[in-house]
Parts: sequence; structure tokens; C-alpha cells
Amino acid sequence: MSRQSKRGVKKVSSIIFCTLVYLFLFLPIIVIVVNSFNATTSKPYLSWKGFTFDWYMKLFDNTALLSSFGNTILIAICSTLLATCIGTIAAVGMYKYKFKGKSAIDGLLYIPVVIPEIVLGISLLTLFTNTHIPRGVLTLVLAHTTFSIPYVIFNVRARLSGYDNSIEEASMDLGANRIKTFFNITLPVLAPGIGGGALLAFTLSIDDVIISYFTNGQTKTYPLKVMESIKSGVAPDVNALSTLILLGTVVLVILTQSGIFTKNKQ
Amino acid sequence: MNDKKVMVEIEGVNKIYGGTNHVVKDLSISVYEGEFLTLLGSSGCGKTTTLRMVAGFEEPTSGSIKVAGVNIENQEPFERNVNTVFQSYALFPHMTIFDNVAYGLKIKKTAKAEIKERVTNMLDLVQLGGFEKRYPSQLSGGQKQRVAIARALINRPQVLLLDEPLGALDLKLRKQMQLELKRLQKKLNITFIYVTHDQEEALTMSDRIAIMNDGVLEQIGTPTDIYERPASKFVATFIGETNLFEGCVSGIEGDAVSVTLETGTVTAKGSDYQMNEMVAISVRPERMQYSFEPVEGFTIEASVKEQVYVGSILKAIVILPNGNEVKIERLAGQSIPTDGKVYLYWNEDDAKLIHSRSQVFFDAVENMTFSSVS
Repeated sequence: MSRQSKRGVKKVSSIIFCTLVYLFLFLPIIVIVVNSFNATTSKPYLSWKGFTFDWYMKLFDNTALLSSFGNTILIAICSTLLATCIGTIAAVGMYKYKFKGKSAIDGLLYIPVVIPEIVLGISLLTLFTNTHIPRGVLTLVLAHTTFSIPYVIFNVRARLSGYDNSIEEASMDLGANRIKTFFNITLPVLAPGIGGGALLAFTLSIDDVIISYFTNGQTKTYPLKVMESIKSGVAPDVNALSTLILLGTVVLVILTQSGIFTKNKQ
Repeated sequence: MNDKKVMVEIEGVNKIYGGTNHVVKDLSISVYEGEFLTLLGSSGCGKTTTLRMVAGFEEPTSGSIKVAGVNIENQEPFERNVNTVFQSYALFPHMTIFDNVAYGLKIKKTAKAEIKERVTNMLDLVQLGGFEKRYPSQLSGGQKQRVAIARALINRPQVLLLDEPLGALDLKLRKQMQLELKRLQKKLNITFIYVTHDQEEALTMSDRIAIMNDGVLEQIGTPTDIYERPASKFVATFIGETNLFEGCVSGIEGDAVSVTLETGTVTAKGSDYQMNEMVAISVRPERMQYSFEPVEGFTIEASVKEQVYVGSILKAIVILPNGNEVKIERLAGQSIPTDGKVYLYWNEDDAKLIHSRSQVFFDAVENMTFSSVS
């Protein structure tokens, strides 16, 4: 083979490989989007029967599904706020101060991350039962906060590793007390790490199934509702809501990437 | 100097970390108003700790620190009217240059119009006019340094503390900034306390230099005092290069002290020396005389080891009979022995008599050569 044709083969094979990777990643998503416009009414809702917006209309009548989605958002917001506050304070404290047993506490942080979710779910269920906390939104928020905290800590800590402690001293040197220094200097400089941690916590909370399954009581979250309904094939209105969530996420990502939320600092 | 007002008074200050690590030992220094005082020493000598105690980031274990007559050792850093220029610049990365410089004024809730005017003036003063909207990451090292200085000076502090502010700059920029800092200090007439390990920097910029070694103040004086009349072997070897000849006092007549060296007896000027006391004679390399023929009076026979060319200066290293090396320095263009035998001597005025202190100091000097770049 000549050099040129070798190069041609290389090019073609890399295009094919690339296409396959992206197909593998996006095909399932495409199926959901396409199916949300599928006019079929017979289970398992897979054969194409024409284009329709019916499922989107139906979606807004499906109060159970919508309210489960509302629960999910509520729980995600609450647990994200809690986990972000606790995680940020913990990360800053562990970065700044030396104390006995610090390395042990450091190591323990990884436990909630690595233990199987089902173990954490069962232990939380046991805890809530023994302490007689009625299971519902509250226990879901607590459970989601629990597994989100380490992720926030890891994110904030990553930001702290490049953090120059003397900027806080400089702030105090210039007349700002500790509280002003925290809000003027520490918080804004750590913001990217805190924001990243919060986003991660939010995402983890939204799509958590296993731990929610153990701690939900009568409250249904969106993933739990979907799990319930797939016993008889994925209902197209679930596809419709998923497509809407997907759309929301894509818009958010585009906005973030275009730098609307961050000042241009190079 | 005595008629000048004392701005900073450090009195009997000790700093002990963790109960055993004694980093500043019974330090007393008075800094006069409008003075440029340099704390000079190798790394770990306690100079930065001293500065941080004045700034308020460290608390003295004992002793008092007064600024303009007021005890401040119990005040928080944000309550003190002193400002610091940090070694790492410590600019706020999320703020523009304008906001960085304006920070202190904003905290004090100064009127917006005044802030704008003062920041603009200050940036002009440090030659950074037009950089207001940039972020620290867009500036070079020298520019960041100037922002750090502007940010501190805009608050019109009673004292400006500078912690090796030029340490991260390259040689050329450092020289330029040294002169610029000196110019600023003269113009604003603010008391500067400047920490450095660079003896040349200290000699160039300071009104007075305080030399610290292992937490102890070795000597404080003008650059000329320190260079011409070192009080200890440590100072003599730390400031510039010198040749030390060790000996023993063998006679005292008025202020003429006879010192017996290994190679003979020589007289030097000095008071408060005792018979049989161990002393050293310090002769700077540029003051060392030599001759190819034996001369009358005290001489040391030596052989030339090598000659070194350092741009504007010629150096020769000669070896004494006892194996010690002696340096001779001349400006380029002057002659210097290249090889063979020479006879060394010195003028009495060029020889400085120094008390030999305990071996500890000598060891400290020896160790210093390995750790002088901090």
C-alpha cells in the first residue's frame, strides 16, 4: 500500500470509530426523544405510528408524574444547599487547621463515596426507623445531603490546593475583619469549586434511585416514579418529561459554556 | 538620630513556637519616623516572624511592640495602621487592579469619588496608569509587585512592612524596583521595614540595617557602619566578602591592640579588648595589599592559587601557609597577581578588629553558605 492510501484508510477508520463512539453515547437519548413524539398507544410503545405532541399534552394532565418531579426538584435544591454549606465549611476548616485525627477524618470522607449505595440506603432506613423520623421529604433531603457532602468537599478542596492563604492576611491587613474577609475574598475565590460541588450534588440528588427507594416513605421522586412505571414499558409521557429535562440541561450547558455566568477574566 | 521620633518600638520581644522553637530572642529595635530599616538575615533567622508580629499575623510570646507610642501587640491585624507588601504579592485574583488597590478604602467606606481619585493617583505613582480594568493574572511579576505596593500605600499607613517583595523578580527588574521603592519611600516619607536575605539589596536601599542571626539581633547601623565596622564575625562575613585572620590579643597600648596571629604579630585599632582574648582581624578583599618582594613590617607569605574574572572586578585567591584562602579584589584595569609567591599586608586603617565569639556563630556562617538562597 502506498503511503497516501494508508493515510486515507487511517482517516476513514478514525471517522467510523468516532461515529460509533458518539452513536453509542447518544443513541439511547435519541430513542427517548423520538419516542416522546411517537403516536403509538399500544404497549410497549415502541413501534412508530406517526408524529404527535399528544404525550406532552398528556404529561400536563399526569399530576402524579409532575408532582414527583416537583418533589425531586425540591429535594435536590434543599439537599444541595445543605451539602454545599456543610461541605464548604468542612473543606475550608480541614485545609486551614491542624488537629488530632485529621488524617482519619480525611480517610473517612471516602467511605460514603465508595460503599455500595444499597448499604448506605439500608443503614439510613435503619437510622430513620430507630429514631422515629417519619419518612418523607425530610428523610430524603437528609439522605441526599449525606451522600452529597463528600463530593462538595472534594470539589472545594481541589480549588483550595491552589489557594494562597496570604490573600486573606492581605485583606485583614487592609482593614477587613474576618467576616468581611470571608465574604469579600475567601468565598469569591472558592466560588468555582463551591459551584462545581453544588452542581454535582444537585445532579446526584436528581437521579438517585437506590437510596431514595429506602428513605422515601410515601413520597415519590421522579426517578422512583419512572422505575415504577417501566414495569409495563416506558410510558411515552415519561419520555416527554425526560426530553424536556434534557432540553433544560442542554440550554443550561450552552449558557455556561458561552460564559454568560462568568465574567471574562482570561 | 536621637532627635528623630521613634515610629516603631520593638522591646524585648520573644517568639516561641510550640514551647521549644525559639525563633526570635529578646529582640529590641527602634525604627525612626520616615526611616528605611532593613531586617537582614538568612532564612530562618526570625526576620519574617518579626515583621509578621508587627503586622499582627503572629503574637509575640513576650515583649511589647509600639507603633507611634501605642502598644499594638494585642490588636488584630485589621485594627493596626500598618500595611504589608507580601512576598507572594497576595493580590486578589477575582478583582481588577482598580478594585485591588481600592480595597482598603472601600472597607473604610471612603466616598466613591475620593476612592477613584486616590486610586488613579496611586496607580500613576507606581507607573501603572491605564491598568485599572485588568486582572492580576494579566500582569507581569514586576507589575503585580507595583500593584501590591500601591494597594498598601493608598491607605497612608504609619509603617509599611515589606516581606522580601523583590524576591521573585529577575535581577535586572529587581535592581530597577530597588531604586523605585527607595524613590517612593523618600517621596512619601513613610517608615519602611523591609525584610530581605539579599545583603546587596540591604546596602543599596536602607537607611539602617538590622542584621539578625538565629533570632538574635547581631548589629544595627547604617550600611557604612555595618560594612566598615562589623560588630561580629557573623556580620563581617555576612555583609560582603572578607578575610578573617584569627589571633589572640598580646598587648594593649591605648587604642593600639597587638594581635598575635599564626604568622606574626600585628597591631590594630580597638578599644574594650582584654589581654589574651581571642579576636579576629577582618580585611576586605579590596583593601588587601600585596607585593612580590618582602616588605617591611608585618607580612604574610602566600602563593597564588587562581585568578577569577568577574566583569568589572578581578579576584585572586591566594593560599596561606596554614592552608587558609585569602581573597584579593581589584577593579578591572588594575593589576592583580596571577601566579607565584606574594607577600600580603594591610594598612592599619583597613583592618577591623572583631571579638571572636563562640564557635556557634562560626558554624552558623558555615551553614549559611548552603541555605542562603531561600
